[in-house]
Amino acid sequence: MIALENFLQSLIAGVLIGSLYGLMCVGLGLIFGLMRVINFAQGEFFMLGMYGAFYLFGWMGLSGIMGPLLAAVLSAGFSFAMGWGVHRFLLSNSTGRAVAGTEGDGHYQQLILTLGVSLVLANGALLVFGNLPLSIRTPYASQAWELGPLADDGMLMFFFNQARVMALVAAVVVTMATYLFISRSRLGKTLRAAADNPDAATYMGIDVERAHRISFSLGVAITAIAGGLVASYYPFQPYIGLEFVVIMYAGVVLGGLGSIMGPFWGGLIIGLVQQLSALFLPMQLQNGTIFVLFLLVILFRPQGLFGKNVERV
Amino acid sequence: MQSLRHNIYTQLALFSVLYLGAALFVDDNYFRFVLSTVPIWAVMGISWNIFSGYTGLVSFGHAAFFGIGAYTVVILSLNFDVSPVIGIPLGCLGGLIAGVLIGYPTFRLKGVYFALAMLAYPLTLLYIFEWLGYQEPTIPMRTGAEGLWHMQFENPYYNIVVSVAIMCLAVWVSHKIHSSRFGLSLTAIKQNEAAAESAGLDSTKWKLRSIMVSGALAGLAGGWYAALVLVVTPNSVFGMLTSSQAMIVTLFGGVSTVWGPVIGSLVLIPTSEIIQATVGEKLHGIHGVLLGVAIILMMIFAPDGILTKLKSLVFKQRKDPNEQAPQVTPPATASGDSKRRISDEVMLDVRGISVSFGGLKAVSDVTFQVHKGEVLGIIGPNGAGKTTLFNLLNGFIPATAGEITFANTNLVGLKPNQVCRLGVGRTFQVARSFSRLTVLDNVVVGAFAKDDDDDVARQHAMEALELVGMAGHAQTLAGGLNSLELRLMELARVLAGRPELLLMDETLAGLGAEEVEVMLSTITNLANQGQSIVIIEHTMQAMVRLVDRFIVLNHGTVLATGEPTTVMKDPAVVEAYLGKKWVNNATD
Repeated sequence: MIALENFLQSLIAGVLIGSLYGLMCVGLGLIFGLMRVINFAQGEFFMLGMYGAFYLFGWMGLSGIMGPLLAAVLSAGFSFAMGWGVHRFLLSNSTGRAVAGTEGDGHYQQLILTLGVSLVLANGALLVFGNLPLSIRTPYASQAWELGPLADDGMLMFFFNQARVMALVAAVVVTMATYLFISRSRLGKTLRAAADNPDAATYMGIDVERAHRISFSLGVAITAIAGGLVASYYPFQPYIGLEFVVIMYAGVVLGGLGSIMGPFWGGLIIGLVQQLSALFLPMQLQNGTIFVLFLLVILFRPQGLFGKNVERV
Repeated sequence: MQSLRHNIYTQLALFSVLYLGAALFVDDNYFRFVLSTVPIWAVMGISWNIFSGYTGLVSFGHAAFFGIGAYTVVILSLNFDVSPVIGIPLGCLGGLIAGVLIGYPTFRLKGVYFALAMLAYPLTLLYIFEWLGYQEPTIPMRTGAEGLWHMQFENPYYNIVVSVAIMCLAVWVSHKIHSSRFGLSLTAIKQNEAAAESAGLDSTKWKLRSIMVSGALAGLAGGWYAALVLVVTPNSVFGMLTSSQAMIVTLFGGVSTVWGPVIGSLVLIPTSEIIQATVGEKLHGIHGVLLGVAIILMMIFAPDGILTKLKSLVFKQRKDPNEQAPQVTPPATASGDSKRRISDEVMLDVRGISVSFGGLKAVSDVTFQVHKGEVLGIIGPNGAGKTTLFNLLNGFIPATAGEITFANTNLVGLKPNQVCRLGVGRTFQVARSFSRLTVLDNVVVGAFAKDDDDDVARQHAMEALELVGMAGHAQTLAGGLNSLELRLMELARVLAGRPELLLMDETLAGLGAEEVEVMLSTITNLANQGQSIVIIEHTMQAMVRLVDRFIVLNHGTVLATGEPTTVMKDPAVVEAYLGKKWVNNATD
C-alpha cells in the first residue's frame, strides 16, 4: 500500500513538473524543431524568465494565487524583445536563408555563437543579481489541496501543491494557445511556411527574415514563461539554465522535430521519468537521470517517439 | 627562416626558452601560478582542436576527460599515497579510455545532438562524483624529498617548467597529426564524409583515434592541473567553464592549426586572470561574461581564429595578379593500337541484387557480370535505379537480397571504405570534393587507401593528376575548380587508389560539348590501358563510342544487355526511352 501511494504521489509530481517541462520544450520546439536553429542559450532565457517574473512580482506588488502566473506571462514581453535583439544582431548571419543549404546549415556557428550568448547571460545574471538562490514567495507554494484518504485504513492520501497545480494550468493554457496560434492563425501559418522552406516562402512573398525572427522570439518568450512559472515554487540562481537546456533538447527530440505538440509530450515524459526515478535512486543522482535519459533518447531514438519524418542525424 | 618555419623542434625550443626566460623575471607568486596554468589551457585547447577542430564534431564536454585526469591524480595521492608522477600517466590513460567509451556510441550523432550529448557526459560525471562524496578532495602537502617525488616544488618556477614540458609534448603530438595522413584524413572526413568513405577512409576509425588522442591529452592536462592546485571540486573540473575555456582558446588562436591554441591561451588566460584578480572579487561572473563576449566576437569576425585570419590577410597580399590560371592538359587522343583486350575472367559478379525503400523496389533482382578490361555502360531513363545500383555496389546502401562477388569476396554488408580498399573505386553524379583542400591533397586522400607511406601516396597522387591532365592544378583549392576540373580531380582521386574496377556515375552530366570530348578521351585512354570501367549515363550518344557492352535498366530491373548496336535497336529499350509510338519508327 505504501509503495502504491508513493508511486501515485510520484506520478502526480511527475505530471505537475512534466507539464512545465512540456511548456519550455514547446518554446524550444519552435526554434529548434521547426526552424532547425540551434539555440544553446535557451536555458539562459529560461533563467531570465525566472528573474523577470520574480522582479515583476515584487515591483507590481502582485499577490493572490494568480499573481505569479501574471508575472510570468507579463515578463514574457521582455523575453520576446531579448530574443528579437539576439536574433537581429547576433544570429542573422548564421541562420535562415543566409546559410540555407550550406554544409550543416550554419549549425557550427550557431552552436558556438549561442554558447557565447549563454555564457554572457548566465554570468551577466550573476553579476547583476548575485548568486543567492531566490524564489517567488507565496503562501501557495507551501499549501496543498488534499485528496483522500481513499483507502479505509487512512492510506492513499494525496497532496496537490497549490502553486504547482496553478502552474500546470497556466502551462497547459499557454501550450494550447501556442498550438492554436501556429496551426490556425494566418501569421502562424506564415511562420511555419518560412521555417519549412525559406526559399519557397520567399517566392510566395513572405518576409522570411522577419518570420524567423518572430518564431525565434516567440520560442524564447514561451520558454521564459515556463521559467516564470517554475520560479513560483522552485528556488533558482543564475546558473540554473544549464540544467534545463538539456531537459529541453531531450524533450524536443523525444517529442519529435517539427511538431508543435510533440515537444510538450516529450517534456511531460521526462518529468514523469525524473520523478519516478526518485523512487529508487539516491537524491544526488536524480539530476543525473535527466542526462542519462537524454543520452538514451538521442542514441536510440533520434527521430523521437512521435516524429513524423525520420531524420538522419 | 625556412628551417624555423618547418622544424617543430626549433619552434618548441624557441618557445620554451622565451617563455621560461620571461618567467624568470616574474617573482610574484600569483603571476607565477598564472604562468603555470597558461600552458595547461594550451594543452586543453590542443586536445579540443585535435578532436573538434579536425573532425568538425563540436564537443562541449572536454571537461569530462580533464576531470577524469584530475580526479585520478587526487584520489591516488589522497587515498593510496601514489605520486602524480604515476598518477598523471594513469589520468592520461583514463582520458584515453573515456574517449573510446564516449566516442564510440556518440559518433553516430551530428550537430547539436553530438554537442549536447558531449555536454551531458561531464555533467553526469559531476553528479556522480558529488554523490560519491568527492566534493572537495585535497592532495596532502608533502615536503622535502617526498614533496619532490609528489611534484610539490618549493620553488614555484619548476611548476612552470613542468607545464611547458607537458605543453611541448602536446604541441609535438598536434604537429605530428597535422602534418601526416592523420590530420589530412580527418579534414577530408570533416569536409565531405561520403566522399572520404568512398575514397577508402574508415571515418569511424579515424574519429575514434582522434578522440583517443584528444582524451589522453585532456587527461594529461587535468592530471597536472590537479597536482598543481592540490584541490579539486566537481564543478571546477567537470564544469561548463572548463569545456568552454578549451574551446575558446582554440577558436581564438585558430582551429586546425598547431600553434593556434597556444596563442589563444597566451592571450586569453592571463587577460582573464588579471581581470579576475582586479575586479573579479567585486564583480562575480565578469570572467564568464568576457569569455562569452570573446566567443561571440570571434564567431562573428574571425570564425577560423586569429592565426588563420592573419595568414589569409598575408596570403592575399602576396598573390601575383599576373599569374595565369592553370590549364587542363588532356591526353592525346587514343593512339593507333587501341584495341582493348577483354578477357573472359569475371571481375565483378552481381547476382539477384535487390533493395526496396518502403514499398518501392528501387532495384530488383539485377544480375550482371563485368569482365576484366571491359567498359560496361549502364543506361536507362531517369529513376531507373542506376545510381542506387552503384550505391549498392560500393556499400552506401545495404542490399536486401542478392550477392555481389568481387575478388572472391561478397561485397554485401561491407562499408564503402572497405569496398574501396578491396579495389572498387567510384565517382559521383555530383562531383564530391574536399573544397577547402588543394587538388593535390584531395587526390592524396585517395592514395591513402593503397599506400602506407605518406610520401609514396603523394607521389602516386601526382601521377594520377598527370594521368587526367590536372598536374597544373595541384596547388589550387578544390573550391575554385569548374565542373570539368572537379570531375577530373575526382577521377584522379579514385585512380590514386589504383582501383581494379572503376565505377563512374554520370560523369558527363553538366559538361559542355568540348568538355565532354576531354572527358571521353580521358576515359578512353584509361580503358585502353586496361582499366575495367562501369559507367552510368542516360544519354546514349556519347556512350556508344566508349563502351563495349550495355546494360539497360528500367524500373529497377534489367531490360536488355548486349553490344551497343544491338541494344539500341531493341524495341523494349526504345519504348522505355521514348514511349510506345516511337518503337516502329526507330526499328525501321
